[in-house]
Amino acid sequence: MRVVVDPITRIEGHLRIEAEVANGRITKAYSSCTMWRGIERIVQGRDPRDVWAFTQRICGVCTTVHAFASIRAVEDALSIEVPRLAQALRNLIIAVQYIHDHVMHFYHLHALDWVNVPNALKADPNEASRIARSLSDWPNSSPGYFRELLEKLKSFVQKGRLGIFANGYWDHPAYRLPPEVDLIAVAHYLEALQWQRHIARIHALLGGKNPHPNFLVGGIPISVNLDGPAVLNAQVLAEIKAHIDQAVDFVRKVYVPDLLAIASFYKDWAGYGAGVGNFLVYGEFPEGQLYDLDTLFIPRGAILNWDLGRIYDVDTKDPEQIRETVAHSWYRYSRGEDEGLHPYEGETEPNYTGPEPPYDYLNVSEKYSWLKSPRWRGHPMEVGPLARTLVAYAKGHRAFKSKVDYALSKLNVPLKAMFSTLGRTAARGIESWVIAEDYLPDLYSRIISLINAGDTSTFNREGWDPKSWPKEAKGMGFMEAPRGALGHWVRIEDGKVANYQVIAPTTWNAGPRDAKGQPGPYEAALEGTPIYDPKKPLEILRTIHSFDPCLACAAHIYDPEGNEIIEVKVQ
Amino acid sequence: MNANEVLRELEESSRPPTHGRRRREFLKFCGRMAAILGLSKAFIPKIAKAVERTARDGRPSVVWLEFQDCAGNTESFTRATAPSVAEAVLDLISLDYHEVLMAPSGSAAEERLREVLKKYSGQIIVVVEGSIPTKDGGIYCTVGGRSALQIIEEVEPHALAFVAVGTCAAFGGLPKANPNPTGAVAVEDVVKSKPVINLPGCPANPDVIMALLVHYALFGRLPALDAQRRPKFAYGKKIHDNCERRPHYDAGQFVLSFDDFGAKQGYCLYKVGCKGPVTYNVCSSWRWNMDASWPVKAGHPCLGCSERDFWDRMTPFYSHVQAAGFGVESDADDVGKVAVGLTAASVAAHALYTAVVRSAERFAERLAEKEETEEEDEE
Repeated sequence: MRVVVDPITRIEGHLRIEAEVANGRITKAYSSCTMWRGIERIVQGRDPRDVWAFTQRICGVCTTVHAFASIRAVEDALSIEVPRLAQALRNLIIAVQYIHDHVMHFYHLHALDWVNVPNALKADPNEASRIARSLSDWPNSSPGYFRELLEKLKSFVQKGRLGIFANGYWDHPAYRLPPEVDLIAVAHYLEALQWQRHIARIHALLGGKNPHPNFLVGGIPISVNLDGPAVLNAQVLAEIKAHIDQAVDFVRKVYVPDLLAIASFYKDWAGYGAGVGNFLVYGEFPEGQLYDLDTLFIPRGAILNWDLGRIYDVDTKDPEQIRETVAHSWYRYSRGEDEGLHPYEGETEPNYTGPEPPYDYLNVSEKYSWLKSPRWRGHPMEVGPLARTLVAYAKGHRAFKSKVDYALSKLNVPLKAMFSTLGRTAARGIESWVIAEDYLPDLYSRIISLINAGDTSTFNREGWDPKSWPKEAKGMGFMEAPRGALGHWVRIEDGKVANYQVIAPTTWNAGPRDAKGQPGPYEAALEGTPIYDPKKPLEILRTIHSFDPCLACAAHIYDPEGNEIIEVKVQ
Repeated sequence: MNANEVLRELEESSRPPTHGRRRREFLKFCGRMAAILGLSKAFIPKIAKAVERTARDGRPSVVWLEFQDCAGNTESFTRATAPSVAEAVLDLISLDYHEVLMAPSGSAAEERLREVLKKYSGQIIVVVEGSIPTKDGGIYCTVGGRSALQIIEEVEPHALAFVAVGTCAAFGGLPKANPNPTGAVAVEDVVKSKPVINLPGCPANPDVIMALLVHYALFGRLPALDAQRRPKFAYGKKIHDNCERRPHYDAGQFVLSFDDFGAKQGYCLYKVGCKGPVTYNVCSSWRWNMDASWPVKAGHPCLGCSERDFWDRMTPFYSHVQAAGFGVESDADDVGKVAVGLTAASVAAHALYTAVVRSAERFAERLAEKEETEEEDEE
């Protein structure tokens, strides 16, 4: 039978999953993105220094990543070097985005797949308090604290106004937490909602607001003047430090302990959701210039076929390595659709062949998604926290290795448990912990020492004036977004954008089959997943949410050179 | 304790807090809302009562729909400034459908929508985030196999009003930018039988959304709108009017290049492209992220992101407004007739607004103390 889940909720964007189910298991799955805006087409002919603001609006959840990828692409094309302090402050913004995004994903997007809200009503507040105190020394853990929350929840339920919690799959037997752990998780759901507002202030202090802070080609917009009232001064730095401490504290004392506690009840999910077994990482947090790849805190590399013994080199500009195919995507290629095209040479023209809405099913033997299918050396690749964690682990990254080993021993599972729905969710927490403990504090110290040493330039004026630009230039900006490897490829001609292309993390993960029929990572990860009740596809949500989908990021189009919209003038 | 008492106590616990620290925070929130809505301090206890009444008698049902969006307004909403905002929201509305936050997916989510439409028909505040594609039969955005247009058509008869949150829903925004590949339009272009309130901004300021809900709780009706359907309380002034860098503009002190001497002194950003003189929004007075900052304070020119068609009309972003082709006008109501601000007389700085908020908050604190004293007296 065919199971359709649309809308997939608790994600960013519009995602539809169709799955073939036989004997209580998924045999084949099809992932479809159902929304498209055409942002790459909209940036054609614009000033390259403006484009970050356009591409930033690809996504309001990971609100910094498409801005930075764009800025890096333009800087690469125009050979603009970024001042050291600006690079460090950008890294701070990116690191904060990781933590903010990962915590919100865990509590607000993913938790309800594992945490049963009505079941929390049966909790004993004293016992909840005892468990919470055994997990960490987070202060909000008294019996009174849990009692008050419990009463609030009860009245919420009693009035029948459950709001966002209404009509969940709460009677599904796959929920397995004791009521007290459910109650603790609900408490932290609400606390995280408050906490994230404070963490996001770092973005506002440096970029004016969040969502959608402001950035700048050649540096960052804010200037440093320790004695000035209006710019980045000692007071702002102190505020940033306070928020960093808050972020680190929450990850250490709430997120990671909750993650491990909840995971210990769902160890069977280390057996589902393995996916394609290929992992791709571009790398992140350059200390020098972007292409000083040796200085990246999160290392670059690719893994094929679950083999951690060999890490492949990755070159995002090599036309043999990264290609996008459209065999099952609603686009048309002029030279046939069996071959993929590198983004520098790519072409895209929308070609919707799907059913007319309203429809019940997509025709999955033909085109069925607004996403293309990117491939690395012909392989579908998973990107994101699990990919980063595995590449770093395999490369012997000290912080990642020690924290992965800690989590594995705490859960008493082998390394191969990481290749799963559970492993993917755990990797996100482990990565947050690494960044909170092993990167953010050092980064803050580096920012302070640069300022103390008088290295306060935040903007490189050379390269700002279009008169200094070559007639033709092209560049590639990579980044590790919270959800995975992100690339922007830009071609500039006569001072304007001539071509623009994005491959977002969710395009890698959620893309449809390619010309050879190879399923994408979502599709592969769902195969073999048990379905207890096709009307309540909780299991599909668990695996799909473990990837943290961001569909607005993934669906995009760029325009081949010279492919102008033809305007017909009526005489 | 008998059963009725237990029930009463349970119900009590979902109301706004009646005492202690949370009560003080709650009243401060009411104070801030009064300042934002331009109401006198006498309204603070009235706002508190209105919120309490809403929490007790039934929160309005809110259905939040997303079409061609980036979820930036949803994210923005979660960053509202007021203390204990999660609690305030729980008291003010029942968020009955929101794909980013709701537990059920697929058919269970669709069932939920139909149930809510039926149960609260005519009373639902429908928030829309993102533009609506109309080209090629609306195939550029479908949810549950139905196009955005078809979903609006189903929801519209059951709505009390539509709130178009963010510039994409209010004015078509980024998807509508030239060459508008998907035929994207605004909510007001599609919804014809119900009131539409526009809250532009990329994203909309979360306090604007909160203030709109408080206004509704307080007066039981929607706020006064300008000709672009924006609440007058939030979009009546230009960014430039309340800008903290305004004295530098008046003194002719400008940033000429990022990170130059002027930038380090906090001079005016007009010459590096600030669109504050032609943009109507609250950023310079209410700021962002719990008063942390706002774009101009952090050294970047205003992009004009709450203005109609700003992606085409305000670009290139780093050219100053005259180069971008604006005339000198001053009427907020008229599209295209936007002011450069040279004639603006107001020098009400952020400090003035801050003073109003602080004063309202102090009043609220005194109110809380008074309540506590009365409680003790009763005891």
